[in-house]
Amino acid sequence: MFLQQIASGLALGCVYALIALGFVLIYKATEVVNFAQGEFMMLGAFVALSLMTGAKLPFFLTIFLAVMIMGVFGMVLERMVMRRLVGEPIFALVMFTIGLSIFLRSIAGMVWSTDTFKFPTVFGKSFTQIGSVTISSMDILVVSITAALVIILYLFFKFTDIGIAMEATSQNQFASFLMGISVERVFNLIWAISAMVAAVAGILLAPILFIHKDMGFIGLKAFPAAVLGGFGSIPGAIVGGLIIGLSENLAGVFLPAWVKDVFAYIILIAVLMVRPEGIFGIQEKKRV
Amino acid sequence: MRFKLKKSYVEDLRLFEYRSSLMWYLALLAFLAVFPFFAGTYWVYNFMLAGIYSIVALGLNILTGYTGQISLGHAAFYAIGAYTTGFLTTKLGCTFWLALPLAGMAAALIGLIVGIPALRLTGIYLAIATMGFAFIIDQVILEWKYVTNGTNGLIVDRPTLGPISFNSDQAYYYVILLFVVLFVWITKNFERSPTGRAFIAVRDSEVAAQTMGISLAKVKTTAFAISAFYTGFAGGLFAPLINFIGPDNFSIMESINFIVIIIVGGIGSVHGSIFGAIFMTFLSEIIRLGKDVLPEAMQRMVGFQGAVYGLILMAFILFEPLGLYGRWLKIRFLFEVFPLYRRDTFRKKRKFYRSERSR
Amino acid sequence: MAYFKITDLTKRFGGVLALEGVDMEVEKGQVYAIIGPNGAGKTTLFNCVSRVYSPDEGAILFKDKDLLKLRPHQIARQGIARTFQNIELFTNATVLDNIFLGRYMYKKSSVLSEAFFTPWVKDQELKARRKVEEIIDFLDLQAYRDERISSLSFGIQKIVELGRALALDPELLLLDEPSSGLNPEESQDLCFWIEDIKEDLGITIMLVEHDMRFVMQVSDAITALDFGRVIAQGHPREVQGDPEVIKAYLGEENGATP
Repeated sequence: MFLQQIASGLALGCVYALIALGFVLIYKATEVVNFAQGEFMMLGAFVALSLMTGAKLPFFLTIFLAVMIMGVFGMVLERMVMRRLVGEPIFALVMFTIGLSIFLRSIAGMVWSTDTFKFPTVFGKSFTQIGSVTISSMDILVVSITAALVIILYLFFKFTDIGIAMEATSQNQFASFLMGISVERVFNLIWAISAMVAAVAGILLAPILFIHKDMGFIGLKAFPAAVLGGFGSIPGAIVGGLIIGLSENLAGVFLPAWVKDVFAYIILIAVLMVRPEGIFGIQEKKRV
Repeated sequence: MRFKLKKSYVEDLRLFEYRSSLMWYLALLAFLAVFPFFAGTYWVYNFMLAGIYSIVALGLNILTGYTGQISLGHAAFYAIGAYTTGFLTTKLGCTFWLALPLAGMAAALIGLIVGIPALRLTGIYLAIATMGFAFIIDQVILEWKYVTNGTNGLIVDRPTLGPISFNSDQAYYYVILLFVVLFVWITKNFERSPTGRAFIAVRDSEVAAQTMGISLAKVKTTAFAISAFYTGFAGGLFAPLINFIGPDNFSIMESINFIVIIIVGGIGSVHGSIFGAIFMTFLSEIIRLGKDVLPEAMQRMVGFQGAVYGLILMAFILFEPLGLYGRWLKIRFLFEVFPLYRRDTFRKKRKFYRSERSR
Repeated sequence: MAYFKITDLTKRFGGVLALEGVDMEVEKGQVYAIIGPNGAGKTTLFNCVSRVYSPDEGAILFKDKDLLKLRPHQIARQGIARTFQNIELFTNATVLDNIFLGRYMYKKSSVLSEAFFTPWVKDQELKARRKVEEIIDFLDLQAYRDERISSLSFGIQKIVELGRALALDPELLLLDEPSSGLNPEESQDLCFWIEDIKEDLGITIMLVEHDMRFVMQVSDAITALDFGRVIAQGHPREVQGDPEVIKAYLGEENGATP
């Protein structure tokens, strides 16, 4: 039972981690805290659903297309809107993305109605037995895709030119600009990547839960994950996501039912009391 | 432009700089006082709601606008206020007039407790921690059935004072009006007092504030407590207004709505709080008016209101970060300097890089 | 016992030694300058005194009181005020409010009495205002009283910051590069003000400065720092002629000359 919960908590944690990763990527490079990340995820899931049930495309093509479409969406959003907000105070940015999330949610309600949809899963209900633990194939897929994505992103930031440019921009925008890095292009790409990661998260989450215009609210649970790891740290987002996913599932077993829903926040507040900058965060002090 | 010859320092401490502005505000007050006599119940009810939102907005402005601490959890203080009044009056038979200040104090106490861990947090960390706090309070409301009746909610009656009953909307309107005026006055008093200046100091530079002998811990917790008091008090007024309170009244969207009010109105100003509260209360009215120009099919879509709400919030941050009050100041300035106004006077200075990671 | 005394002050940032065993004594009524090339640790020293940083070793005693035992906001109450290298004013407030904030720690009113702005609070504010106006007159800031900081030039901002520090009624004033960014005329004004602050107000001044001409003009004693260590200390003339100091500023004599 305990191991069972750990296994399913791990899968859930991976989805949290992916959403948190989206927050962190954008925050690291552009200092925007994207409250609409959950809505990106919701859009990704809906786009995939439409492609699959509407256009009747095969599963893997659907996923590929949905991720690409969201990438373009992220780019357009950055180019049209977010670019105008560079340098605004953090508070304005937070509220702007909250406005964006409300807007996207309402639009999704108009386009796809407010019904709940089920995502056709390719694996059906197949399970794998490891010792005494039964794991659904979907959970395994979720964990492996997350792992693959993290490795790809790691290699990307470490070895490609544009990845290194992004890393540099996240450290100091102005200096990067002076070094001839096109900061605007970096921002554009990071929004695209982040939206793509969100789309992946949405597609992975869809078979586990459901598809609904309000499914983006789960993004609010990925926030504790991102903050827990220290906003701006990629490994932090992964670790934070896993901690939240696991502890939430275990809380469901050992603590009264109502605690489960807010357990992520209880952990968050407890950790922030001890380490205000999160687990992997670095506290920067203003120089005077 | 108007210039005023000041002959004593007392003149800088007056609430109204010009005699004419005092007259205008008195006229406004007179209008508000006779308003229920000619306006329909619908308008009176919405004005009451706007009044309550104004008090919340004033409180939130003290924390966010003046002190610069983001809170995404103010619905929790609002809920604490509303449930304290509801519990005290319905279950303990306490009089509303005692329950109301107690509601404010209960919220302020919780505000103090929240303020202490918040001391070490800034920016986004604080925003998310306060949001988490609101979620936790939400769950507590659902579970602590002895006080809150859980999902069944509480039925709260309008108050009476001796022989006078405030049961009708028209009568309760005056209660709210009285408190709105009181809280506006208190906020103006803070603005001209050392504590109000300390709030601004903490917002603008924490390091410098400390060298002025300002204890960050003390000022931030004070701001949290005062802000929570306002919000709890407003919650206490809100419960009898709608007669019924349940967990749905205090969701995360309500917290967001409070911030939207101060952004749309104008952050860090008393006028802005009130403009924003009125604007957002009558938003559905405004949308209904605007709807007529749109095609039928679009009007009937679900979520239309939400989309407009989101758009308004985004538009204000993009185009009018100073809010309605900022717009009002600009228009007034235009008339004051009439032929000399240049478009660039209020042009936003674009900054390439401004990091708020380290403060 | 010395008026203000620093002993064996050491501060590390990771592996970097920003200050290494710095000793210094300031006497009451002096203008004491700290000089040195960039990165010598001058500002770090000030930041240790005003408790922005906590040093790793050493002691800072002011009138025999250990400042390291205090929290940052308690330093002002000991009678120590400071200014900052890059100006830390409250940018969205007026000049008047900024200087008013220097009077904050003298307030006796409670939050509750301020909420209702009792006559007593009003009285307190008027008294504070008179003090603020004295400073405005002293520094010739009358024209800028109601201006927002963000609309003022750098030079005026520097003076406002000096005014805000003076409003604290300090015994010891720390000035971090007071003349940087000022034009020669403003710089000369500053010299006179420093003299006035020392002579008329009886305030002891410590300053970090690059401009040697300025330093020679105003200071009574100098400490020169390089890489966190004291390389020379004493009377301005002696320090100016010290070979170590010349080396620190100009490099090795046998180095390549341009």
